[in-house]
Amino acid sequence: MYGFEALTFNIHGGYLEAIVRGHRAGLLTAADYNNLCQCETLDDIKMHLSATEYGPYLQNEPSPLHTTTIVEKCTLKLVDEYKHMLCQATEPLSTFLEYITYGHMIDNVVLIVTGTLHERDVQELLEKCHPLGMFDRYSHLILVPSIFCNKKVYAFPNLSCIIMLRISCLILSIATLAVAQNMRELYRLVLVDTPLAPYFSECITSEDLDDMNIEIMRNTLYKAYLEDFYRFCQKLGGATAEIMSDLLAFEADRRAVNITINSIGTELTRDDRRKLYSSFGLLYPYGHEELAVCEDIDQVRGALEKYPPYQSIFSKLSYGESQMLDKTFYEEEVKRLCLAFEQQFHYGVFFAYMRLREQEIRNLMWISECVAQNQKSRVHDSVVFIF
Amino acid sequence: MSGQSQRLNVVPTVTMLGIMKARLVGATRGHALLKKKSDALTVQFRQILKKIVSTKESMGDVMKTSSFALTEAKYVAGENIKHTVLENVQNASLKVRSRQENIAGVKLPKFEYFTEGETKNDLTGLARGGQQIQQCRAAYVKAIEVLVELASLQTSFLTLDEAIKTTNRRVNALENVVKPRLENTITYIKGELDELEREDFFRLKKIQGYKKREIERQTAAAKKFAEEQFAENLALKKGISVNSAHNLLSAGEKDDDIIF
Repeated sequence: MYGFEALTFNIHGGYLEAIVRGHRAGLLTAADYNNLCQCETLDDIKMHLSATEYGPYLQNEPSPLHTTTIVEKCTLKLVDEYKHMLCQATEPLSTFLEYITYGHMIDNVVLIVTGTLHERDVQELLEKCHPLGMFDRYSHLILVPSIFCNKKVYAFPNLSCIIMLRISCLILSIATLAVAQNMRELYRLVLVDTPLAPYFSECITSEDLDDMNIEIMRNTLYKAYLEDFYRFCQKLGGATAEIMSDLLAFEADRRAVNITINSIGTELTRDDRRKLYSSFGLLYPYGHEELAVCEDIDQVRGALEKYPPYQSIFSKLSYGESQMLDKTFYEEEVKRLCLAFEQQFHYGVFFAYMRLREQEIRNLMWISECVAQNQKSRVHDSVVFIF
Repeated sequence: MSGQSQRLNVVPTVTMLGIMKARLVGATRGHALLKKKSDALTVQFRQILKKIVSTKESMGDVMKTSSFALTEAKYVAGENIKHTVLENVQNASLKVRSRQENIAGVKLPKFEYFTEGETKNDLTGLARGGQQIQQCRAAYVKAIEVLVELASLQTSFLTLDEAIKTTNRRVNALENVVKPRLENTITYIKGELDELEREDFFRLKKIQGYKKREIERQTAAAKKFAEEQFAENLALKKGISVNSAHNLLSAGEKDDDIIF
């Protein structure tokens, strides 16, 4: 297939690629960022944004503007664009697009599980979920307790209601009875029907769901997701596989580094840490071995400096410093994502576009927070210019 | 105030004077003590005020830093991180306890915080922004420390303010109402007593004069009697009593036989 996508790609993917490239043209440029950084108030930011694609989403917002509103509206725009593309997409592009959102989906599931563990209101939890990671099962998660409580369950003879009943049992048990508090139960009762089900196979243990395990579960899921996504892209082949494997490898390596740095000094053992690294990427497998035994940031640095692409990242940092690491990683990621647009006839652009938009929203969040909190001196610290 | 209310309505007696004087002494001592208390409280008050000002200034900085730390955490870990952290919370790990402190007899509430239970947020944001979250947490813990301190200072400030006001009111009341009134009463009683004394003195003088006169009169009478006695003795010696001589005349007059 390699090199021949040009023949057939446009039959199904041409329209959407055109759309996504159009969207890409709407990303804020360095000039826009410079203007935004000059703003004195949030209203100024709104005014500047009204000239961009975000205009329609912000124009009806009443004047005491909050940072969260700006972020919310910008995310809404991204979600709208994503949904539009998803509706137009055919296989395998639609699956690919769905894969992009699984990361948020994992976060949402974990959030709901954590919330129910602490007996929070499920409806309230749903409002806090990331809109990109929503799937239909959540509605079951809320519907079910009410149905169960009304005892109308027996009126529904079909299978889905039995599933609902089981879920409601689970929710009730998590929330009140605290019986089914391990991963196995959780999987068997709720998650088996979600798109995330396959990823749970890796992290099913009979251990209790406590805060630490949930965080480990989140990362195990994410690891499984990245590996699955990687396999899927390899299966698609061609330029998609080539570009996506590069992007995903970077993502996996970044996660490995972050997990290492963030787990220094915590109760996470080396073996557990090792298990959370995805089994692909530039650092796999020897780099992972080195990262697993790292005890401080300089050891991480030492491990990574053997890999030329990451040497440049660390060369920007002084020794013992990890503050700016996230920004440098983001910058590197943006650079790689931008490169994805240099080739045609592949799906990587969709992934790249979504990621760039997310970075843009992060930038906007940062700028508006800096403006709102009167910290203009820090405004350039974390803004990553795109293009 | 009218003249009547400037003194207590008492019977002007020596006993009352004693009581009043004792009360005045008491009032003076109380005044001095309260004045001292008020001064002590004012010193404390000034100190607290100074601390409040400095704490408020530092609070501005601390809050700024902590909210910016939250921004950093959000930037790295995503907007949803706050929900993840919030849902993980079961109990408050930082709690505030209050105790009382005694300053010059005024009970001031003092707040102090203590950590209870281990927070299991160590692994939050493991893959994204764990460090920033920990920093954010540390920053906000610091902010809470400052807030608790400020709250304790502010409550002390209010309580102390109230206490100072009450004390000053008492001091002023003692100084301007109670003490003058007692003094007036004492003057009044003294005046009355002096008046009484003068009256007594006058009366005594009068009586003394009367007595003197009486004695003089009696002395004179005695002298006269003695003279008469002397004359009689003389007459007796001559054979005729003065009295009988007299009586001879007077008896003669009363004699029925004497016609002329």
